[in-house]
Formats: sequence, structure tokens, C-alpha cells
Amino acid sequence: MAKKHSNKLDFDTGWHYDPAPESPELAKLKDSYDLFIDGKFVKPTSGKYFDTTSPSSQKTLAKVAEADKRDVAKAVTAARKAYEGTWSRIRPSERGKYLFRIARVIQERSRELAVTESLDGGKPIRESRDIDLPLVAAHFFYHAGWADKLSYAFPGRKVGPVGVAGQIIPWNFPLLMAAWKIAPALATGNTVVIKPAETTPLTSLKLAEILQEVDLPPGVVNILTGAGSTGECIVRHPDVDKIAFTGSTEVGKLIRKTLAGTDKRLTLELGGKAANIVFEDAALDQAVEGIVNGIFFNQGHVCCAGSRLLVQESISEKIVRKLKDRMETLVVGDPLDKNTDIGAINSKEQLKKIQGYLKVGQREGAEIFQTSCPLPKRGNWCPPTLFLNASQSHRISQEEIFGPVLAIQTFRTVDEAIEKANNTPFGLSGGVWTDKGAKAFHVSERIKAGVVWTNTFNKFDPASPFGGYKESGFGREGGRHGLEAYLNISETGGNR
Amino acid sequence: MSLSGTLANTPPIDSVGVAERVARFSTRSIKKTSKMEALKLALSMIDLTTLEGKDTEDKVRRLCYKARHLHVDLPDLPTVAAVCVYPTMVKVAREELNDCGVKVAAVATSFPSGQDDLSLRIRQTKGAVRHGAQEIDMVISRGRFLAGDYQYVTDEIVAVKEACGEAHLKVILETGELYTLENVRKASDIAIHAGADFIKTSTGKVQPAATMEVTLVMLEAIRDHFQETGKIVGMKPAGGISNSKIAIRYLVMLRETLGNRWLTPKLFRFGASSLANDLLMQIVKQSSGVYQSSNYFSID
Repeated sequence: MAKKHSNKLDFDTGWHYDPAPESPELAKLKDSYDLFIDGKFVKPTSGKYFDTTSPSSQKTLAKVAEADKRDVAKAVTAARKAYEGTWSRIRPSERGKYLFRIARVIQERSRELAVTESLDGGKPIRESRDIDLPLVAAHFFYHAGWADKLSYAFPGRKVGPVGVAGQIIPWNFPLLMAAWKIAPALATGNTVVIKPAETTPLTSLKLAEILQEVDLPPGVVNILTGAGSTGECIVRHPDVDKIAFTGSTEVGKLIRKTLAGTDKRLTLELGGKAANIVFEDAALDQAVEGIVNGIFFNQGHVCCAGSRLLVQESISEKIVRKLKDRMETLVVGDPLDKNTDIGAINSKEQLKKIQGYLKVGQREGAEIFQTSCPLPKRGNWCPPTLFLNASQSHRISQEEIFGPVLAIQTFRTVDEAIEKANNTPFGLSGGVWTDKGAKAFHVSERIKAGVVWTNTFNKFDPASPFGGYKESGFGREGGRHGLEAYLNISETGGNR
Repeated sequence: MSLSGTLANTPPIDSVGVAERVARFSTRSIKKTSKMEALKLALSMIDLTTLEGKDTEDKVRRLCYKARHLHVDLPDLPTVAAVCVYPTMVKVAREELNDCGVKVAAVATSFPSGQDDLSLRIRQTKGAVRHGAQEIDMVISRGRFLAGDYQYVTDEIVAVKEACGEAHLKVILETGELYTLENVRKASDIAIHAGADFIKTSTGKVQPAATMEVTLVMLEAIRDHFQETGKIVGMKPAGGISNSKIAIRYLVMLRETLGNRWLTPKLFRFGASSLANDLLMQIVKQSSGVYQSSNYFSID
């Protein structure tokens, strides 16, 4: 049946979904937020504040304090005092209790937090409600359980905390990244100075309120808002024992250079350009769903996004057709609408970067496809985009775009697929789609990446370690492996 | 009709992936006008069904009256799509419905088990059509299918289709007896290939009856067939779709899988008996703002 028909499905006319928005009032925002140092909200030394705006409505949501070197010094002093005085000394089971309390209050306030996340960052409420917030609570619950069982995680060895951890997190999963950083640090007995991203500070500040609500001892967690320069002050501060950074490879390299010659410990979780490999024997319709989830989840602002699609030649036409049809049903728009699949691009700056790559891809000769979904007039939007016939040497296949843009290439043999998948400076994640178990194991063992998903994509669990190979960084977060980054582990104590 | 090639194109099905997709449909929030439209659309897609040993002509007459007069007070209501009965009741249903637009569908081919000589099953089909059935809901031989005799299943559908003449043929796969989604897909491909106008999940006599997972796999088979050959086949989930909320989820699934062309009773039906009253109750609630007692909705 190789006959050609022009049988297009119609997703355009007729029955549509009316808007079903969550109310922005649910976020319960204050007009202005101060720095959270030593258990209290304090004004920034410089007196400077900056606006945080909604990437969809463009409205200013709140004023947020900007921390400078002096505020960082105060925060580190508070963290050191809390470390020496209470947190490294109290019973580990007490640390666990605090973490359990944090997790429970996060669950209680999850709707407020989800709405805040979508307002401030632009991600669809469906994701902040169904994915981010449940995972945030899960990370605190999981690490609460570890607090008094650390010696079982590393049998025969002696473990102790590192000290004061400086943590810098990105804007793509603001509260989730805070949880990934804070929960293991606290469970292992460290104290924290953390800086959320400039464009998405609000959920971290709400987390500060929660830390007050659960009576966490002052200074154990200090939350400083600001831009890159605030982060730099944390990295350079001499009394910080460990830096944990999630963000761009560019900044990661800079941090590593800065720390060279110091005894600060470092973990980096950086960019990615993951290949999603679809074999001809895959469950095709489910693979299409995985491709969509891999690249359009969170507007493609995902370091482990499946931003390259490698599809076997014999099914490429079919997969692309199915993919285009599926994309036509994706709703782009108001992040607070429960039916929105793809929200707003996080910032004007990021939108400009993505639009730059859209031009680059076309100039390089790849064929562009974008869906016909109408975009709102105000705000930062990018329709879901495919680049067909991309080649390995195109910049759109090599560089991290961090937007809803998928570069599609074909392959013929298993070896070719593996070679192309690994031919990148990154190594954060990968995907393999096949109905054959042996093939799935063969390929996933050979993909040089921290996580390889088989017949699924973008699945996260606090028990599963996450991290990169090559320029995607080093160190692991989550699971038993993730604890290591926050522990001094010595071989000497071992006669248990 | 030869089967060669048909099953070669049958893709593997990943049941975990199917369940995730279904969960995603269920998060769509359908409100206001779009809800009202969906409720009316669902109402127009119902095959009002009575398939019991204790059915009488009187009961069928009452069902037909209900099919034509869903609610006394509500304006702009559609009628249901069809009334679905046993072959013995076709004549009386046809008399009652006259030519009001509501079709008469008959289950045939030794419904629900299909365990009889093919010649008798064909005779039953022809009889139902002669008595005025405009649609025939046949069952496939699940035993033969599970034993791997796909050619037999193909041939029986071809034969029944021929016996139907002008009547539309719905092929019931009885997915509750097929065990896996891959079997559902395979049976869908066979039925479509053999000439089904509709494919239908269940008889309603076997549990589980229609599920969203099974229906999604069947819709995907219809889509693939449409895009490869241009032929348009309809879909009928039957059994277990008892309220408006579930029905709307099916419509969301239909819209996002096959698009708007399929959002019509010509190509999509609900095989259900109690769904109609729940839809009516919701329609009243949407227009008046309050729920009425179920006593206000006749139970025919």
C-alpha cells in the first residue's frame, strides 16, 4: 500500500477547549521580598531591589532584593555559625524530622507554589502542578529518610558533613532545583547559602517562608537573590567549603577556573544535547509521545531534553508525519491555563537566543516546521519547532538551544546511531526506543550519558542519581550517589 | 481476501506509554461553552442499547420513544444516533422510529459469543437487514483469533460485510477477551482491512468492556489506515462509559488522535444505556446552574 494520499488530519476547526485558568491570586505574592539570612528576612545592604516579571503577561510580580558581597559575607557567617553550633551536632534523626516537616508543608502549599512557579517562570501549570511540585516534596521526603542512615549508605566507612555549601541554581526548574540542592545538603549535616536564578526567585523565597514556618534553626539555609555577580561572590567566598552549580556549560567552566587551586569541592550539572534514538521496531505512537515529551517538556528549557532525534531511515517519514500531527494538538499559551501544553519562554534574552538558532538552522539548510497554534500577543513565545534533514555538522545539532526546537537526523545501522549519539561534547542523557530488549541494552550501555531512558523519557525520581559525562558536568544528584557530594568519606573508621 | 502485508504493518504497542497518553487526555479541563458542546455532541453519538434476554417489544418501543424525545423541556437537543437491539426486535424498532433519523442497529452473527456456524451467522445477518436494520454489529471469532487463525477472522468479516448489503457494518473485537493491546491492534488492522465501516470494542457482556487504553489503540489503527489508504473508518467504544466526565475524556482523545473530522455520529458512537441520562442531567446543570434530582430524568 505505497500509494500516496493527501490525507491530512484536521485539528483546526470545530470543537475547541475554552480557557480554564488557575487564578493568579492563588500565588499570594507580596509586593517586595528581602534576603533570607540567619532565619530572618533582611534588607539588602545596598538597598537595591530588582523587578521579577511574568514572562507571559509581562507584568511585574514583585520587587526582589539584590545581594552583594557584603550580604554574601553575612550569609556565609550565619551558615558557618549554624554549622558549628547546631546543624552538624544535632542528632541526625532530628535533621530528618526537619526535612519531613519541610516536605509536608510543601505538599500543603503545593497549589500556591505551583501557581507561583508558573507565573514567575512561564511553565504550564499542568507541569508545575503534576511534575515539579510532587518531585519537590519527594526529594525532601527521600532525603529525610537518609539523614540518620548515612552509615548504611557507605558501609565500613566513616562519613561526616563537608561544611558550608554554596549553591547556585537555574531558572528552568526553580523550586525543584532548590530541593535537589538543599535536601541532600541538609540531610548530610551541611548548611547552605543558595542563590536562585535572577528571573525566577519567587518560589525560593516562598521556600524561605516555609523554612521559618517549620522552625528550621537560623542560618542553616540562607537564600540570596541576585544576578550572576551575586553567584560569583558566593563562589569566591573563602569560607565556603563546597560549590554546587546547575546551569550553563559556559558559566560552569568559569566556576571551575575560579576554584582551581582552592580546596573547595565542586559539582557541576551543565548543558546537554541528548539524542533520542528511535528504531524501526519501536512502538511508534508511544515513541512519538516520548519525542514530544523529550523536547517540548518545559518549553525545551531542560538540560536533559531530547533535543536531537535520530530516527531509523525506514520509518522516518512515518515518524515525522505522526510527530507533526501530534504537535498540532499542543496548546501554546497562558501558563496558568490547565490546558496549556507549552508555556512562555522564560526571558526575552532566552527567546532571542532561540530565535537566533531558528535563523541559523534555516541558513544551514535544514527544513523548518512550526505548528499553526496561535500565539498570545503579549509575552515571550516560541511555537514548537522541528528541523528536518539536519546534519551532524549543523550548529542546531551540536549546540544546546534550550528551547522547543528539535533537530531530526536519520540513521541506517545500530552502530551509526550510537556513533552519532555520542558525537557531541555533552553527555547528560539519552533515549532508546525499541521493542527488542537485547537491542535496548546493547545501545543504552554504549551511550555515554549520565542517564539513558528506554521506551520513555524525562522520568525523574529522587532515588535515581542524575548527572553528566563530558561537558555536561560531574558529580551526581539524587540517590545514594548524590549524598557523596555533601559528605567527607574516610576509609579509616571501618570496623563496623 | 488475502492477509499478506496487513499484519506486517502492525506496530508493537507499549502499554505503559498508552496508559501515560490516556492519563494526559484526562487532565484536559473542559469548561463553559466547550463543555456544553461536548455534552450535546456525546448525546448525538449514543447508540441507545438494550440487549437482554428479557427484552420485550414493549421495552423496545419505550426505548425508541426515549431516543426521539430525550427531554421535554430542553431546546436544541440532538437525538441519539441509533437504537441497538437484538434481531428479533428490529421490526418493532423500525416501525417505532419510522424515518426520524435515528438508525436501527442490530447485533447479529450469534452475538455475543459468535460460537456458531458461519452460514447461520450470515443468515441471521441477512434476516436482520431484511427486517430493516440499517446497521449491523457483528462479533469476531475470538477463539480463532487467539489460536492464530487470522485468515478465518478476515474471511468471516468479509462474508458478513457482503451479507450486510447497504447496512453499515460495525465489527466487535471483544477486547476483554483479547488480553493484550497488541492483539487489539492486530484485530483492528484485520477488521479494517476486511471491510469494517466501524470497529467496536465490546459486546458489553464481557469485563473489562471499553477502556480508554483499548480505544486509543483502535483509534491509532484507524488513523494509520486513513493516512496510508485514505479509507475512513468509524469507532465505537461500548460498555462502561456511564457518565459525562468519562464520555468527555473520550471526545478529547478522539479530537487529539483523529482530529475534528471524526467528531460526528457518522464516525463515532458510544454504546451505552445509562450515559444518556447523565448527559441530560449535566446539560440541565450547565444551563440552569443547579443539579436536578435523577427522578426528573425518565429511565426508559
